[in-house]
Amino acid sequence: MTFSQQELAEPDLSKSEPDLSDETGGRRIVRRGSWKFWVGIAICALFAIIAALGPLLAPNPNQTNSDGLQAPSLQHLLGTTNIGQDVLTQVIAGTTGSVIIGVVAGALTVVLSMIFGVGGAFLGGKWDEASSLLSNVFLVIPGLPLLIIVTDYVQSRDILVIAVVISLVSWAGAARVLRAQTLSVRSRDYVDAARVASESTWRIMLREILPNLMPIIASQFVFGALGAILAEAGLSFLGLGAPGGRSWGSILFFAQNAQAISLGAWWWFVPPGLCIAVLGAALGLINFSIDEQINPRLRTLAVLRPKAKRGGK
Amino acid sequence: MRYYLRKLGFYLIATWIAITLNFLLPRLVKGNPVDVILAKTQSSGPMPPEARHALELQFGLSHDPLIVQYVHYLGNLFTGNFGLSVSNYPTPAIDVVAQAIPWTLVLVGLSTVISYIIGVVFGSWLGWKRGSWTDGLLPVSTFISAIPYFWLALVLVYIFGLTLHWFPVAGGYDLNIVPAFTPEFIGSAIYYGVLPAFTIVLASVSGQLLSTRNMMVSTMAEDYVTTARAKGLRQRRVFGSYAMRNALLPSVAGFAMSLGFIVNGSVVTETVFSYPGVGFTLLQAVQNNDYPLMQAVFLVITLAVLGANLVVDIVYGFIDPRTRLAN
Repeated sequence: MTFSQQELAEPDLSKSEPDLSDETGGRRIVRRGSWKFWVGIAICALFAIIAALGPLLAPNPNQTNSDGLQAPSLQHLLGTTNIGQDVLTQVIAGTTGSVIIGVVAGALTVVLSMIFGVGGAFLGGKWDEASSLLSNVFLVIPGLPLLIIVTDYVQSRDILVIAVVISLVSWAGAARVLRAQTLSVRSRDYVDAARVASESTWRIMLREILPNLMPIIASQFVFGALGAILAEAGLSFLGLGAPGGRSWGSILFFAQNAQAISLGAWWWFVPPGLCIAVLGAALGLINFSIDEQINPRLRTLAVLRPKAKRGGK
Repeated sequence: MRYYLRKLGFYLIATWIAITLNFLLPRLVKGNPVDVILAKTQSSGPMPPEARHALELQFGLSHDPLIVQYVHYLGNLFTGNFGLSVSNYPTPAIDVVAQAIPWTLVLVGLSTVISYIIGVVFGSWLGWKRGSWTDGLLPVSTFISAIPYFWLALVLVYIFGLTLHWFPVAGGYDLNIVPAFTPEFIGSAIYYGVLPAFTIVLASVSGQLLSTRNMMVSTMAEDYVTTARAKGLRQRRVFGSYAMRNALLPSVAGFAMSLGFIVNGSVVTETVFSYPGVGFTLLQAVQNNDYPLMQAVFLVITLAVLGANLVVDIVYGFIDPRTRLAN
């Protein structure tokens, strides 16, 4: 934790001495962007470790005991549920579920958006028309209602099935962003040069275009994971998650059903939601700093002394 | 003109896909409403086959080939006939939805507009002040924008409803008042709507704010803003007429996505507050296996979102002439 505190303190240092000379300014810009990045990465890593160790730390989250609805104490750090389950154990087990959903659905979202976004834009012509039409349609059809309907129709609701369904209804935004970027990269001079040098289509795609899409792909993965974690939480909260599956949303579902709020059992419903928000904020920070890397204008100090604009987009 | 025709054509296709999805999904997988009703009445003895047939007729279920059912389904759509709601039997599903629409329209509509205005105004101000202490607010709003709607709703219910007793925690109006256009009823509806609306605004404003801020920062780096400054124009004029106007364009174009988020969020928010709107109706339909109602709700939500997007696209064509020329 000392690491992230150090990083957090840095913007204050730079504020106290507003030195805009090119050298220090330049260095500071990188650091400025990076504290957001590293704090985000540190929080994500923490959750990933908890998720990986979940089965060890919380082997039996459903174990009940006689003292239900206990406020946090030394014995139960986050109190107990109405049937005496330890909330901390449940939250740890829920971390595993939510993180798996985020990673799997985020990855699938990227795959789908690459097929329809990058693929369409690269092939051009009819393929592009068709795939961008499809992604625009999926963009305007409201996601959660569709998700609710589809999960209700799916017979076996496994945590992985939920992840697949979530990515099936939510890839469109990412596809549109990737398409725009591919179109811009595709028409750059070095790609034309590679064509003239008669490089194979695959080689142009993998060696010339893909590397320039990586930051955006990374940012879409983060965005997809965040969206999936939120969507799964919403679904589980509505009682439409994987039966028997453990996630932060399902804890909230049981808390809501057991009237945790009217009973004043804040220790039951606050921690899972806070976990979602903290992990979500961490992913958001990572995305924010990726944005700053891709779009140098967003780096606030660079804006004060604009460089010559690059022609075209 | 071509721009508008293209847009219109696109929304027609989108509507058709939504309608077809709505037709195919239930037929691809799960049981039918007749089974649900029969299961409900099973305790009162077995049903004769004629009764089953009668119910099938009533719900418009048939064993025709899919394509025949599809044509039939499209015909029914135009007359607003979705069949009878199972959970509110024998009320037609469309009537159940019609009752819920005004609640959601007012709640979500108002909250969207409020959140949009706050997000845009405050976001462009943050962009204008970039590089100052205001940048410290960015991590805070990143955090807020990651809070799930329903959890925010739960926390607000806990604080303002159950601890402070400022606002009611469930329902759309005081059940002791007869629903009618009386000041008493409208006042009660507003009083009950404050907390759900506050939830939606608070949860959605941060995303709008962040994207406007980033657009503003990008726009500020444009040459025409520098020129405006160099000309010695007043700060206020540079802010309003040069930077903000242009920074706002993408947020209008991105309306589809933000509306999507808000619609998603309001479905769960309505559920937390048992608000008598479309989202809560959808959830009840799902919990009761009320397929006709589910289809009607999904279609109404989809059509509303598509309609809103069409309007925004048309407006966008007016405010940014470049889009009309692009194609």
